[in-house]
Amino acid sequence: MSTVNQSKFAAKGVNRRQFLATSAKAGCAMGLLGMGLTAVAKQSSQLDPLAIRPPGALSEADFLSACVRCGLCVEACPYDTLKLARWFDGAPTGTPYFTARKIPCEMCEDIPCVKACPSGSLDHELTDIEDSKMGIAVLIDEKNCLNFKGLRCDVCYRVCPLIDDAITLEMQHNERSGHHAMFLPTVNSDSCTGCGKCEHVCVLEEPAIKVLPTHIALGKTASHDTYINTEETTLEMLNKGLEL
Amino acid sequence: MSQTLKQKPTTHGFAKAAIKELGWWRAHKFLFLRRLSQVCVFALFAISPFIASWAGVWLLKGNLSASELFGVVPLSDPLATLQVLMTGHLPELSLILGAVIIVLLYAVLGGRVFCSWVCPVNMVTDLASWLRRKMNLPRTAEMPRNLRYYLLALVLILPVLTGMTVWEWLNPVPILYRAVLFGAGSGLWILAAIFLLDLFISERAWCGHLCPTGALFGLIGKVSPVKVSAVNAKDCDNCMDCFVVCPERQVLKPALKGKQPMITDSDCTQCGRCIDVCAQRVFQYQNRIALKAENNQ
Repeated sequence: MSTVNQSKFAAKGVNRRQFLATSAKAGCAMGLLGMGLTAVAKQSSQLDPLAIRPPGALSEADFLSACVRCGLCVEACPYDTLKLARWFDGAPTGTPYFTARKIPCEMCEDIPCVKACPSGSLDHELTDIEDSKMGIAVLIDEKNCLNFKGLRCDVCYRVCPLIDDAITLEMQHNERSGHHAMFLPTVNSDSCTGCGKCEHVCVLEEPAIKVLPTHIALGKTASHDTYINTEETTLEMLNKGLEL
Repeated sequence: MSQTLKQKPTTHGFAKAAIKELGWWRAHKFLFLRRLSQVCVFALFAISPFIASWAGVWLLKGNLSASELFGVVPLSDPLATLQVLMTGHLPELSLILGAVIIVLLYAVLGGRVFCSWVCPVNMVTDLASWLRRKMNLPRTAEMPRNLRYYLLALVLILPVLTGMTVWEWLNPVPILYRAVLFGAGSGLWILAAIFLLDLFISERAWCGHLCPTGALFGLIGKVSPVKVSAVNAKDCDNCMDCFVVCPERQVLKPALKGKQPMITDSDCTQCGRCIDVCAQRVFQYQNRIALKAENNQ
């Protein structure tokens, strides 16, 4: 029996020593290659803060597990908003994103991009587009915003699909003139979907309001904090003052 | 013997004998049909948006990673689907169903039929191989053919370790599709690298030794009934044209010189070039199951 096996090996020109040697070599080569590939993937998985994921996108880490980069969401988008990232772009190659300043999300009621996604990297649980969190608009440059200068530009507010909810105008006394009001565009991060219409229409050459990925735009209280940011507890702190 | 000696001077050079014997068209038949098939699949994806805007029906939507046929039938790349599953993410049913459909399709048609009849990278590596022949570049040291299985294992282990479908950053098959369909041309450097690798460093390096997609389709094809067979092996005059043109030349010898004429090695891409270039008509496509049924009767 063993002689049969041996002759079989001999016929193929491989003995045990050679087999182990090639396996070890290939194993090392694959290990190195694996490290290289992972390094490339990790390096280029840093998403550009202005590259916004489609509605319903899972958190970035989960998104990169799930997305097969097929482009079905891109082809489903009726407004040409979504793009597939290219090599050397600000998003992992082949994954979908949009740039709000170029073409914002029109928030289709039937959310065709999510429906088209076969991998579930766009969460099919999202059925109401107003619940989507593509990012959060942030009025990032108060110095150049016309409303902060006391003018009534209001364009970001007017264009917001969730006007008076996601963006409100907060009235404040204008100290500069002494007898005018300022109407400050204020984003409510609970309602903002990150569609990017405000950033798209901002009249400045470089927009003063920008949509940023949620993990950049939002702060977070520590999980051990007993006063977890409820209105009540913070109000309690204010009223009781030093008694606490 | 005297006949072959007489023929030699007039049929010198690659596939000259076949072209003389069968005519240029029949000596390039499967090559032409394959290019037609590769271009047609590509073109279907490319023109579908225009047809859809005019007739309202999408023929093929997406790319080779995942697509929809007629807007209903899901199709997806088994390797991409496996990678997603290996990250621990449970995809929508349509992705898994699409992969099952593709696996069944190629299990019937022949696994690496994908490589030679559909995959666009094949056109790039075939061009490199053709140029090597035209420029008379010397044989290169051969890499182990089973490297692709190690690479396949690596591609499937990396998602477990990193939680990302790492291979999809570099996978040249969807990159070439995305370059054309979605204007993502900057990834073409990978195709250029593969072309140069095949042309100057190691012949048939990519498709014949490394590609994990090809390795997976090879495994799928093990059960396939469609095979190329050296039915007239006795007529072989050792002109070596099939060895010159075959992308997986190690599969030929057992069929030509062994006991069993059928090429059962799953590395065979069933491109049919051996059928084309053989003046002696040694090779043929055969259906294993039909053949067995015939023999049983």
